[in-house]
Amino acid sequence: MLYQGYGMQRRAYGEQPVRGGCVLAAITGNIGIHGGWASGIGLQPGGSPFWNIFPMKNNPVRASIPTFLWTEAVLRGTDLSKEEGLRGVERLSSNIKMIWAVASNALINQHSNINRTARILEEESLVEFLVVQDQFLTSTGKFADLILPACMQFETWGLEDGWKYGEEVILMPQIAEPAFETKSDYRICADLAMELGLFNEFTEGLDEKGWTKRLWESYRSNRFPDIPDFDTVVRNNLGVYSLPVHEPKISFEDFVRDPVNNPLNTPSGKVEIFSPELKELNDPDEIPPVPKYIQEWESPFGPESEKYPLQAIGPHYMGRVHSTHDNVDWLKEAFPQRIFINKKDAEDRNIEDGDNVMAFNDRGKVELICRLTERILPGVVAIPQGAWWEPDRKKVDQGGSVNTLTSERWTPLAFGNAQHTIMVEIKKVR
Amino acid sequence: MAQFGFFIDTSACSGCKTCQVACKDKNNLEPGILWRRVYEISGGNWEKGSNGGWKASLSTYNLSVACNHCEEPGCVEACPTKALYKEEKRGLVLIDEDKCIGCRYCEWACPYGALQFDRDRGIMSKCDFCVDYLDVGSSPSCVASCPMRALDFGEISELTLKYGNMKHIYPMADPEITKPCLVIKPHPEAETARSNNARVANKEEVKQ
Repeated sequence: MLYQGYGMQRRAYGEQPVRGGCVLAAITGNIGIHGGWASGIGLQPGGSPFWNIFPMKNNPVRASIPTFLWTEAVLRGTDLSKEEGLRGVERLSSNIKMIWAVASNALINQHSNINRTARILEEESLVEFLVVQDQFLTSTGKFADLILPACMQFETWGLEDGWKYGEEVILMPQIAEPAFETKSDYRICADLAMELGLFNEFTEGLDEKGWTKRLWESYRSNRFPDIPDFDTVVRNNLGVYSLPVHEPKISFEDFVRDPVNNPLNTPSGKVEIFSPELKELNDPDEIPPVPKYIQEWESPFGPESEKYPLQAIGPHYMGRVHSTHDNVDWLKEAFPQRIFINKKDAEDRNIEDGDNVMAFNDRGKVELICRLTERILPGVVAIPQGAWWEPDRKKVDQGGSVNTLTSERWTPLAFGNAQHTIMVEIKKVR
Repeated sequence: MAQFGFFIDTSACSGCKTCQVACKDKNNLEPGILWRRVYEISGGNWEKGSNGGWKASLSTYNLSVACNHCEEPGCVEACPTKALYKEEKRGLVLIDEDKCIGCRYCEWACPYGALQFDRDRGIMSKCDFCVDYLDVGSSPSCVASCPMRALDFGEISELTLKYGNMKHIYPMADPEITKPCLVIKPHPEAETARSNNARVANKEEVKQ
């Protein structure tokens, strides 16, 4: 069983191990069989869509940019091109003057190279107006011109479908009134729609509970015929419905049994170990048609390792979901933000367990208490991603955000983030 | 007399601390008070092989410990006001808050760190096995919350039948001191923990 999607793709040339895994599965005959694998993170094939089914209407804006290149879009504006992943239009019709960040600490905290991002957001000639809609004053919120205070999920109605491994629908009833002046994200949008004269078009006459009911009934009619109707579910305080899985589903079983009549969704209908489409891109050094090892742009094997000899990774931490819950005291107590260092690397630098340590490279400096551990490879340090950035007067991050150190350079094919590809040095402070 | 205890499967524990947080949630414990603690045990070495690659020989596992409601509890013996006592119904070690003077002798006497000083109230506090939940037929909060199903509870004789009679794992105190009422399924790496000089790696998290 091969598995992909848990970090190795978020590296320089992260496309290569991902494609490499698929090729390995193909040449060893591990596609379309029990215990085999073909790609991805092991979703239940035929499972649910990732998010719910709120109707999107027709979006007249055709332009789209890769999420990870939003700073590039701000800097380049109407000069942004398909080389930077612009899709849907040849050029943007204007520079980006306003950002509305909803439920997102991603703008500053979770995006690479925080010091660079901060300079971009501080530059008034670029983004002139930043609106942040959130429940807490996050590191992103501190850059906002205007904050729209949102209520918690428990203070409004909602619905979720299971993602990843099964087919589920989960009702999230309102159990408390919104605190103070907060409103649900939906209510904030509806109020704005009112100002724009689009209230009825946006709401279709429904409030949060009304939409939840409509979507629940829609699930009932098209995916989960056995679930009770909305009013019964609410009255009886039910709420979670899982479609039982009776047998494992196997992707590409049909293709392996009869490839002629069940071609793959590739140009040739076959497994493409050599991809003519990638060859067309004519960038064999960074986008080879056959997956291969490419030395990363910051690597322990390159000359950069003389100055910055340690690889730094930003794993998910058990006390947080990305940057969510970093402000919860019980979770901070359970999982304090630390830099994890192998004893060998610490000994070389006269660092002892619990010392205050600075991790740094050309992009930034982070100061953190260290934890010496055997659980990490020598030559690698870990700073769990998601801690809220707190720069001091010298721009040294006292909050422990790994993105103070990461690079904004994107992966060549997917325009994805490569936040685990960074080299740093560490030293004891004070 | 009945005697209740906990079961801990250290081979299954992922160190997620859901038990610890569920306990704090149920009992509304301020940061700094941990009726259940998760110890990270870690030791061993990395050696560079002849091919240049690193090879690890490690002993790493997690150990979730609350109060072991010992048969011969050192805390009860140490308490000068008889605030700590062993109750009859389930053999639990409980605390009579009205009698506690906050002298913290019990804290010294417990080899498991179970006694936790509540600074705001000036008295000791500890795991009460969620006795109110037991009375209505529910599980203790920590056991019910464990996503790995690594915790269990019950009459100690039944736990022993179900899981064996191991009461010790490195680096816990010698069970002969207080006769703790718990059953442990040891993590396989516990065998090499002593020779690997394993230690509690997260002392600050368990307030040790």
